[in-house]
Amino acid sequence: MTEIIDFIKNNLELIYILILVIFIGVEVIKHIPAVLHTPLMSGANALSGVVIVGAILVMLNADPDNYLALGLGFVAVVLGIINVVGGFAVTNRMLHMFKKKK
Amino acid sequence: MNIYLSIIYLVSTITFITGLKLLGHPETAKKGNQIAASGMGLAIVGTILLHELEVPGFIYGLIAAAIAIGAIIGYVIAVKVKMTKMPELVSLFNGFGGASAALIGLVEFGQTSGAISQVVTIVAAISIGSLTFSGSMIAWAKLNGTMWKDIRLPHYNLINNVIFLGLILFAAYIVWSGASGIIIVSLLCLIGLLYGVLLVIPIGGADMPVVISLLNSLTGIAAAITGILYDNMVMLAGGILVGSAGLILTFAMCDAMNRSLINVMFGAFGGGAVAEGDDSHAQTGGTIKKATVSDVAILMNYAARVIFVPGYGLAVAQAQHAIHELEQLLENRGIEVKYAIHPVAGRMPGHMNVLLAETNVEYDKLAEMEDVNPEFQNTDVVLVVGANDVVNPAARHDTASPIFGMPILDVDHAKQIIVNKRTMNPGYAGIDNELFYNQKTSMLFGDAKSIIQALITELKGM
Repeated sequence: MTEIIDFIKNNLELIYILILVIFIGVEVIKHIPAVLHTPLMSGANALSGVVIVGAILVMLNADPDNYLALGLGFVAVVLGIINVVGGFAVTNRMLHMFKKKK
Repeated sequence: MNIYLSIIYLVSTITFITGLKLLGHPETAKKGNQIAASGMGLAIVGTILLHELEVPGFIYGLIAAAIAIGAIIGYVIAVKVKMTKMPELVSLFNGFGGASAALIGLVEFGQTSGAISQVVTIVAAISIGSLTFSGSMIAWAKLNGTMWKDIRLPHYNLINNVIFLGLILFAAYIVWSGASGIIIVSLLCLIGLLYGVLLVIPIGGADMPVVISLLNSLTGIAAAITGILYDNMVMLAGGILVGSAGLILTFAMCDAMNRSLINVMFGAFGGGAVAEGDDSHAQTGGTIKKATVSDVAILMNYAARVIFVPGYGLAVAQAQHAIHELEQLLENRGIEVKYAIHPVAGRMPGHMNVLLAETNVEYDKLAEMEDVNPEFQNTDVVLVVGANDVVNPAARHDTASPIFGMPILDVDHAKQIIVNKRTMNPGYAGIDNELFYNQKTSMLFGDAKSIIQALITELKGM
């Protein structure tokens, strides 16, 4: 129990941010029309590629002799950037197709 | 952390929120995507260039190489993919994001100081990342058709729930005991992978939009958890935004199929209750009326308002271009044409809209269910192509029907209904669709593409 209280005490700011961002996310996305659900999803999918920042940090922080960490980090960066670049590129391509009557 | 880097992360976070907001309107969506993408670029470049510690040059070289390789692969896939393959693509990319989070967790597990909060986040990143990865890969394989159909082990619900519980308990055990070592962490990873496979394997067909949304949401959560690990705000904010977006879509898809998320996660998921597409019914509930192409052409030619109801069967038959041509032909004769699109039409949320937009159908012709339902009663002709359960009136009144309660398109309110299907094969297991026996309904049998093309030819001769 004290550990939980301590955790809350030490991470109060984080918890605030977490909750506020959840609300922002819900409010921003709630009213998106069904027409745009697929681009929204692939755009959001590209955003989840932000995990690449962590993958880069793994490589930057790795001991130069720690080949395992470097190798896994390398794969993580490749996969993350595929997610980012591919996701944004395909969303862009899709949105190009949505046209309105002139 | 370097203050400039913190500022960059702040700016990136703002671009993510703005970008998502702008994605919500067709006019601004493209800009929104570009803004979010530039924010992401900024965060990546900032992370590399403004790192505080001394890093040997070859590591920078490796990072650059990894980014170059991945960027090229991602870009090539994105440019080449067909729009019918969007659900596969999103699953694939989503799986990569999950794998990336799991790998980060694996590396950090070997380096952690053992502080509880750190171990919790690492263990969570590994579990969620690995289950998202394997789940997405199975979803990809199933959508791609490279994998066998829905597999249901005996008692798969029980097995799934036991494994899910096992995953949580094992993760808790690692945190509790402070256990470490490569065997422990590999085992955790394996259980996560196994659960992901078992979660998705029994699901198929029209249930895919729910699964894809859910997996998308989970990747976001995995990214956010790694953000907590590094105390990195841009990862946290970006991940949570994706997590909420995915969850909202998941709930929207559940609503559209009249299911709860609990039912989806732990219940009779993918029980085959909702099967969309070219499924026929098992038993006749009356007589059906057949129409010929020229009957339908005449009907349409003298109509004032026509609504098309496309289902996934339309995309399977590759008839999107044909139906757009038919729409233009009718419009040129002063007939008002719209497309009524059910929220779960296609294999991911909004998929049908994209497929039609690709053929240059204007997006204001794509009507959502709530908007179009009151309009059916003033519509002369409805043409249903490759959709079935989403137009079955039994969902409104037949409490015994497995789809009872599911919101449907009220096409039976229209004056004339034309249903295009390949066959009326009575031996096929499926749900009886009383729409087919409606007095106002005529069946037009044949392949969607050739039937629509024949309609166009017939109309042009009038």
